[in-house]
Amino acid sequence: MVTLKELPTTELFGPGHRMCTGCGPAATARMTMKALEKPAILVNATGCLEVASTIYPETAWRVPWVHTLFENAAAVASGIEASLLKEGKADAVDIVAFGGDGGTFDIGIQALSGALERKHDFTYICYDNEAYMNTGIQRSGATPYGASTTTTPAGSKIPGKMDAKKDLIGVCVAHGVEYAATACVAYWNDYITKVRRAAAVKGPAVIHVLAPCPLGWRFETNQTIKLAKLAVQTRYFPLYEVERGKYKLSMKIPKPVPLEEFLKPQGRFRHLFASEFAQNLEELKRQVDSNWNRVAQLCGETGA
Amino acid sequence: MSVEEEKPGWKSLPIGAVLVTPGSAERNKTGTWRLKRPVLDAKKCTNCLICWIYCPEPAITRGTKTIEFSYDYCKGCGICAIECPLKAIVMTEES
Amino acid sequence: MAKTVSEKIVGMNGDEAVAFAAKQADVDVVAAYPITPQTIIVERFSDYVANGEVDTQYVCVESEHSALSACVGASLAGSRVFTATSSQGLALMHEVLYLASGLRTPIVMAVANRALSAPINIHNDHSDMMGSRDCGWIQIYAENAQEAYDWTLQAFRIAEDHRVSLPVSVNLDGFTISHAMEGVAILEDDEVSKLLGKRSPTYKLDPTNPMTFGALTLPDYYSEFKRQQVDAMSSAPPVISAVADEFRRTSGRQYSALSAFNVEDADVAIVCLGSIAGTARTVATKLRSQGKRVGVIKIWQYRPFPTAELAKLLSKVKCVGVIDRAVSFGAPYGAVCSDTASAKVMAGIETKLFNVVCGLGGRDVKPTDIESVFETGLRYARGEPVDEHVSFVGVRD
Repeated sequence: MVTLKELPTTELFGPGHRMCTGCGPAATARMTMKALEKPAILVNATGCLEVASTIYPETAWRVPWVHTLFENAAAVASGIEASLLKEGKADAVDIVAFGGDGGTFDIGIQALSGALERKHDFTYICYDNEAYMNTGIQRSGATPYGASTTTTPAGSKIPGKMDAKKDLIGVCVAHGVEYAATACVAYWNDYITKVRRAAAVKGPAVIHVLAPCPLGWRFETNQTIKLAKLAVQTRYFPLYEVERGKYKLSMKIPKPVPLEEFLKPQGRFRHLFASEFAQNLEELKRQVDSNWNRVAQLCGETGA
Repeated sequence: MSVEEEKPGWKSLPIGAVLVTPGSAERNKTGTWRLKRPVLDAKKCTNCLICWIYCPEPAITRGTKTIEFSYDYCKGCGICAIECPLKAIVMTEES
Repeated sequence: MAKTVSEKIVGMNGDEAVAFAAKQADVDVVAAYPITPQTIIVERFSDYVANGEVDTQYVCVESEHSALSACVGASLAGSRVFTATSSQGLALMHEVLYLASGLRTPIVMAVANRALSAPINIHNDHSDMMGSRDCGWIQIYAENAQEAYDWTLQAFRIAEDHRVSLPVSVNLDGFTISHAMEGVAILEDDEVSKLLGKRSPTYKLDPTNPMTFGALTLPDYYSEFKRQQVDAMSSAPPVISAVADEFRRTSGRQYSALSAFNVEDADVAIVCLGSIAGTARTVATKLRSQGKRVGVIKIWQYRPFPTAELAKLLSKVKCVGVIDRAVSFGAPYGAVCSDTASAKVMAGIETKLFNVVCGLGGRDVKPTDIESVFETGLRYARGEPVDEHVSFVGVRD
């Protein structure tokens, strides 16, 4: 755990970037740079964070940073690690790969899987705004059931995405990683602590951090942190860690806030409140409960 | 002189579109984006730094007794006003 | 200048020769994925790693796309990098090829040329590299294992030269060269070290000097960086030439953009890439003994295309038959013939031109096939009009 006053004041992710007003991933990027304690080399997959932070000739980054393609952040990080190992500098540097949910869950899953299996020493942070936001809010494997996106629009016949959110941490744990965790931009202390744990691990570590998008989720720009908190407090997004396969719940939610309080302020879920889609709203609630119970059981915390 | 003529040509640009100046985005004053600006009631501010950690820009710096806003960069999202536990920040219309 | 050090000849196939060159080049990182007929390159290199014969960080990636991606990462971090692939693997890494050249990474990659699916075929033709010929890489074609070894060594020097800073692909015909054993004259390790030196990148990922690589460029900047790549390509030939001269002083073997065999007084010349040149020269020699004036132009340096040198050679020839070992579907000519025709047009020369597509999917190109190409050329040289601009030799109707 950390205190705000002890965090560095240097802004390695500096101002002047073009992330949207109230952007969750932007706040996440800032927090990440305050968490890292060693000099860092960043790899960034194509997506919101990459595009909006480096429009030539402007860069918001004050650390060595590379963007190549959409699906290969983990592969590029693997190559950088190999180079540093050859130079004998790998221990002195934190290699961090940033990918959105698009560049991680879907197109980037192969490169991530390869990098995890080969046990490269780096931290992979997936900032999850639950859709391909940079290209205009299309669905990803991280988009939740019932959410309206431009490729799973809420229509008169089909109310949004009818597939469930992929379990990224489960995939990572199956690779035998030393450390994997979920986090949320609203819980800065939990997030920063987890980033530090991930960076300290010898070998690959993955953090899946929920970072709401005012534009894509359709809410007022000042609600980003509030909604991120509700995502956790409603049990929609459980916070937990997995250290060498052992699950540990980071935050017990004995009295969950009703899911509606998280869903109602977001335009992407508005259609679920129409009477004809009542059963879909119930299905989403059922999936949230089921996922919470699954995680709680893995953490040995039934009744949490 | 047109805007295009002011930009450097291929002979003088570093190869491969490398950007050698870190943080060069700071020349872009995103404060022009906002419709409302955060105004601090300094008497209420306890320097807890909650607004500082959540600011996406950053447009909040740590002063000696209170936080300070960088109006050059603040986009007016209003997260700071919502999250301040002392309600020391009020979003005010830009004049 | 006579070579003073005695030659050491080792029996190696093309793949082994390339792996050996990478070993001697003291590469820092290799990230590669196996695919027939490149597999021996990665396997041989794996042996070097396992036996501690190299100090290379070797990453067995999970696909070719990741192979070249990891190479780009390592190269940007300042390492000397090598990889290899063929066919489908090259096609899979297609977007990364453009990335590597756009980011100006001096990666060296061996391509054991193999046909592209479908239908799937693991044998030799040039459709793989020809399908990516515009990617901004320097592209060299070797005729045999010796050339594959020699060019792989030179490739590192060429790529890393600050006037170039472009990735280089060294192409060797799959199976025909990759798996065929030759006596390869090798250099001593210290000769290679002296020739190649150490890489010293201008820009690199370095916490002591933070830089941003891979920024987004909007329409107001993109063109200038492409123009830089054009400039780098056109700066390459003198660098390739200078490296070749230095290589000759060490090895006794001279390389350049292309090699001309009996072209000075030829009525007909064949233009070709790779192993087929050997067959062409044998046939040309036989026809010369019959009084037919024929010659062979073998292009080593395909990209940047040696436009001026080729035009100069062709200006004296009555007819040129260009062999393509790949089809450019829907195009008037195959790739090499198209480039040759362009050279002809630019130089304003009258030489007659025809295109022969052969050797697809490993189809053997026999001496009789080459003979028929020369005979066709001789007909055109005697004044007959070119009746078949593109013909497929050795394909059953």
